[in-house]
Amino acid sequence: MEKSRPLWANPLQFVFACISYAVGLGNVWRFPYLCQMYGGGSFLVPYFVMLIVEGMPLLYLELAVGQRMRQGSVGAWKTISPYLGGVGLASVVVSFFLSMYYNIINAWAFWYLFHSFQDPLPWSVCPLNDNHTGYDEECEKASSTQYFWYRKTLNISPSIQDSGHVQWEPALCLVLAWLVVYLCILRGTQSTGKVVYFTALLPYCVLMIYLVRGLTLHGATNGIAYMFTPKLEQLANPKAWINAATQIFFSLGLGFGSLIAFASYNEPSNNCQKHAVIVSLINTSTSIFASIVTFSIYGFKATFNYESCLNKVILLLTNSFDLEDGFLTASNLEQVKGYLASTFPGKYSEVLPQMRNCSLQSELATAVQGTGLSFIVYTEAIKNMEVSQLWSVLYFFMLLMLGIGSMLGNTAAILTPLTDSKVISSHLPKEAISGLVCLVNCVIGLVFTMESGNYWFDIFNDYAATLSLLLIVLVETIAVCYVYGLRRFESDLEAMTGRGLNWYWKAMWAGMSPLLIVSLFVFYLSDYILTGTLQYQAWDAFQGQLVTKDYPPYALAVIGLLVASSTMCIPLVALGTFITRCLKRGDTPPAA
Amino acid sequence: MLCLLFFLVTAIHAELCQPDAENAFKVRLSIRTALGDKAYAWDTNEEYLFKAMVAFSMRKVPNRETTEISNVLLCNVTQRVSFWFVVTDPSKNHTLPAVEIQSAIRMNRNRINNAFFLNDQTLEFLKIPSTLAPPTDPSMPIWIIIFSVIFCIVIVAVMLLILSGIRQRRRKSKGPSEVDDTEDKCENMITIENGIPCDPLDTKGGHINDAFMTEDERLTPL
Repeated sequence: MEKSRPLWANPLQFVFACISYAVGLGNVWRFPYLCQMYGGGSFLVPYFVMLIVEGMPLLYLELAVGQRMRQGSVGAWKTISPYLGGVGLASVVVSFFLSMYYNIINAWAFWYLFHSFQDPLPWSVCPLNDNHTGYDEECEKASSTQYFWYRKTLNISPSIQDSGHVQWEPALCLVLAWLVVYLCILRGTQSTGKVVYFTALLPYCVLMIYLVRGLTLHGATNGIAYMFTPKLEQLANPKAWINAATQIFFSLGLGFGSLIAFASYNEPSNNCQKHAVIVSLINTSTSIFASIVTFSIYGFKATFNYESCLNKVILLLTNSFDLEDGFLTASNLEQVKGYLASTFPGKYSEVLPQMRNCSLQSELATAVQGTGLSFIVYTEAIKNMEVSQLWSVLYFFMLLMLGIGSMLGNTAAILTPLTDSKVISSHLPKEAISGLVCLVNCVIGLVFTMESGNYWFDIFNDYAATLSLLLIVLVETIAVCYVYGLRRFESDLEAMTGRGLNWYWKAMWAGMSPLLIVSLFVFYLSDYILTGTLQYQAWDAFQGQLVTKDYPPYALAVIGLLVASSTMCIPLVALGTFITRCLKRGDTPPAA
Repeated sequence: MLCLLFFLVTAIHAELCQPDAENAFKVRLSIRTALGDKAYAWDTNEEYLFKAMVAFSMRKVPNRETTEISNVLLCNVTQRVSFWFVVTDPSKNHTLPAVEIQSAIRMNRNRINNAFFLNDQTLEFLKIPSTLAPPTDPSMPIWIIIFSVIFCIVIVAVMLLILSGIRQRRRKSKGPSEVDDTEDKCENMITIENGIPCDPLDTKGGHINDAFMTEDERLTPL
């Protein structure tokens, strides 16, 4: 008797699993950046258009394929066409790369979480230098939050060539992160189904709390006004539309095989169309929600820095001209500056180079994304709040939930094809397979805990998934529409769920979405070719800031390998299947 | 003659205490920044207290126990509030070396600050760096404690899940061999549900199922 496939206990678990996977760190740290770069409120227009034209149809396609084929990505695409097993394999390879480097973020979140239980927070004060007369030099030149991130957490080396050795503290946190992931995926859907209740819902609770706290902070309205003021001229900028499309694409996690894996555990009669629409809408609204929180925090931080800058200028002038203490305030600063310039021109010109131009706009305009946003900008804002330990703990706990939720999807994409394959699952129980996958990923992930680890992390983050995913999803769409046949798929879905397929989905799958993906692909390739050499940001400890450097040849080789290893799966497996079939046909002579 | 001497003394005084003079230090106070509404005005009485504190600090230095308040000279008091001071020796002819004054002030910085309700940032002695308080380092970093706790909890949970999974699988593999025994037992066992015995449907043919009410009782009598 065939062992029945494990199922989600109820459809809600499936929806939560998809939300937990799709709503990840990108919603928190990439979307606000894009919003700020491409016109604030007006960025929402291309974003919504791309959601409806590209996001929802492709999400529905993946869920439908998974639910219909009831197998992981490798098996599903093999069923659609034996030549397309490579698509599934490419998805598994990309998911493997992703899970390798993604969990280091959870390790960093654990590190910051554990350090949040101290008073004062370790990133709020600079450590003293050797003779206790001042602060550490690197910390003075940069800021205490940057110092804590680059020196204490990463212990970053000056360039990617200086590898250094494995740092035991982040390594311990990485091991813990993998243990937690293993705990959640140990029992398959049984354990994952219960964990996703937490990983899906808790981030929203924390975001709500942060929204209330953020909006009541001094200066928060500056940030929100800055974000939502639409700059309509950006709508004409093609980069805004391209970035909106890319963001939707990666935010929903298409092409990794995780969605196919999740949907394969569904009841065949599940209404995946409704779920696709719900998940994509929730993902988008979470992005917008997180942006509001982020921008109120930005506004607070910018206002705080602006006021500190003003206070420094006031102190400088007061000391240089021996003015009465408390006479200079922010309101009369300009007047007094003018008066001093005219009355003591010599002395004023001496002091002038030391005076920084304080501008609220320039503070707000510092757009940051990625780890810089979470671990530097947010921590800087948190250290200035009251009861900063509480806010810090809440924030990093939320990051952990988001990160682990996404990891569950990534590992499901790898494990489902492995457990589906009869060869492997007959020899090893499910727990052992999961354990092996986690172990291998953990050992490879130790590379990111080295001193140059952050530079390798950036390589993986920028290049491991981008081009490959576009190609994978393009082949997926073409496979379903033209190789399998859109009519055949439509009748399959109707038989399975009892509902027909709307003309809108058919039009998008067959026409619009492939065109869009091709244009994205062309844009990315041309961008890579035009930029010439690839560069990266390295931390210079002496200057206390980031500098741009070129990648060495072996790093470029690794980048090429990353992209090639996943994209080449598709043609190689197709070729391999073709050859095996030819050989089989050659062996068995045709019946007379 | 006396007038000339007096004139000479004040002239020498003026020379000893001057901005950027040898062995002179500039002091800067930010009273309003520190105390806000409770700020006091800086007058000659406060200056007297300052002179007394400096003399007190110098008295703690070996060989300088005879320093008097009159040995401390203040000059160039501005609105800021800032001024320069020097400490002269008992003969009042030359000033004490800067190094001695510096170490004396550093030793007693806290007492001087407290006398004026100020701190190192609001009562500044330019060119005398203050000793910063070393951060309190606990013997074991706190983060390791929390890490160990969570690590142990996760390991225990993983072990429990793995062990229960193994036990479940052993029970299942024993299951098929026990099925024949249980089938015999079934015939002797009568399952009871809701207080009414349920009999297997086909083993005892024609038996009334008590779970259902009899026809007569179901219909209410007219």
